[in-house]
Amino acid sequence: MKKIINDPKRVVDESVAGFALAHADLVRVDVDPIRVVRADAPIAGKVGLVSGGGSGHEPLHAGFVGFGMLDAAVPGAVFTSPTPDPILEATKAVDGGAGVLHIVKNYTGDVLNFETAADLAAAEGIEVRAVVTNDDVAVRDSLYTAGRRGVAGTVLVEKIAGAAAERGDSLEEVASVAERVNAAARSMGLALTPCVVPHAGEPSFTLAEDEIEIGIGIHGEPGRERVGLEPADRLVDRLLEPILDDLPYEAGERALLFVNGMGGTPQIELYIAYRRAAEVLTERGIHVARSLVGSYITSLEMQGMSITLLKLDDEMIELWDAPVQTAALRWGR
Amino acid sequence: MGLDITWAVDWTRRSAECISEHRVDLITLDREIGDGDHGENMDRGFEAVSAKLDDLAAGSVPSDVLKLVATTLISTVGGAAGPLYGTAYLKAASAVAGEASLDGRAIAALLTAGRDGIVLRGKAEAGDKTMVDAWTPAADAATAAAEAGADAAAVLDAAASAAEAGAEATEPLIARKGRASYLGERSAGHRDPGAESSALLLRAAADAARAATGA
Repeated sequence: MKKIINDPKRVVDESVAGFALAHADLVRVDVDPIRVVRADAPIAGKVGLVSGGGSGHEPLHAGFVGFGMLDAAVPGAVFTSPTPDPILEATKAVDGGAGVLHIVKNYTGDVLNFETAADLAAAEGIEVRAVVTNDDVAVRDSLYTAGRRGVAGTVLVEKIAGAAAERGDSLEEVASVAERVNAAARSMGLALTPCVVPHAGEPSFTLAEDEIEIGIGIHGEPGRERVGLEPADRLVDRLLEPILDDLPYEAGERALLFVNGMGGTPQIELYIAYRRAAEVLTERGIHVARSLVGSYITSLEMQGMSITLLKLDDEMIELWDAPVQTAALRWGR
Repeated sequence: MGLDITWAVDWTRRSAECISEHRVDLITLDREIGDGDHGENMDRGFEAVSAKLDDLAAGSVPSDVLKLVATTLISTVGGAAGPLYGTAYLKAASAVAGEASLDGRAIAALLTAGRDGIVLRGKAEAGDKTMVDAWTPAADAATAAAEAGADAAAVLDAAASAAEAGAEATEPLIARKGRASYLGERSAGHRDPGAESSALLLRAAADAARAATGA
């Protein structure tokens, strides 16, 4: 294992400490328990947005704390949900009297810990709503599993719901737009290589030199099938097909196309994939109205990508275009 | 002979030792069908519990230890295991609240309540390839032993053996809950790490009981 770390047990603490120093204009970091909070929180009358989950997906979630997006992020250990305590502390820190929305990726641990924290917050008189994201179409039999996972669509939910909260929407309205975005988003990913969790020290799974794993999640867990390596265009088709089968589009409908890197794939390859995806969508008469290309929700150093398609409406476009100022997404101000 | 505070503290210390000893095994099991953090998280949790045992107030009873384990695991373990084990210990504590000495029936009630807590939180059923597959046979074996008049140590021994068999029996199962469920058929052929850690904890309870009763 070759990594730029000091001590596997201090990876999250030291990384978050660096993040705090680098982005002191945007966030403050409280430790014990650890949470990253927007510098000007709580904002009176604004719905607070809290997300979190295991670390190792950077820039998600701390990279999205700031104006127009999250009010707080709660980083757990690598690939491990945070415990209820820091989620509760973050919830209290961002409550401006208008309630708090938890944005939770659908993984058993995240859901259980956020639920427990929400119960504790409610006991302290804070109104909490939760939106559980589950955009991953790789999970086929959601009746017989823990359900579809929350993956890259989560970034889009956080941006759009964050903009709704920033313009002054109520908790009910912010939760509703977050639900709407989640329901309109579909994602699927693949990996060329596994990743190495620092404290485990070994790859999360093994792949032959010419093998790829289709349908991965974001925690280094294996996916739904293994195939031989193919050209980029064919890989893109493999991801897009199940996405479009799951949520069909009528000609003329608008979409946000998000090509996400898993951490170890360079931008140059992501744009090759974007080119093909845009081509396929155009052929089907789908209007790619907005785009996002880059590594925004990662799996440590995993090489791979995911594609997310979000069916857009006028309000989503307006909220997507609204100003945002975070470490990882910044436009309009 | 009933089991008292000495047993509860010893169980907890043995749990911490045993989890630490099997940390890598649990990580390996979890890497095969999950995300490879179970051993690390459980070790962190029980290390934190051990550090707090000396602070127990004089006159504490077993349910105080169980409550301490519950709150500490909830706030230190994370993942799914934190809330699930936390709820199990919390419900187990409620089942024997305030009792200074636990007989076979009380132990069976404690384990049954723990199992019910896990089912309530995690919504898994027997056969889903989760820790329920260790806890359900353990609770059932404990109840049967207690009804047959076994003492506390024998009840725990029956529970631990049933949990070990239950953990082993998860190997051919296809996971339907938790992280492993995403693997579908590929989850077969691996032991569930949560069932394995459950079996380890129950064996530690039985060993502590044997030491306490000199059996």
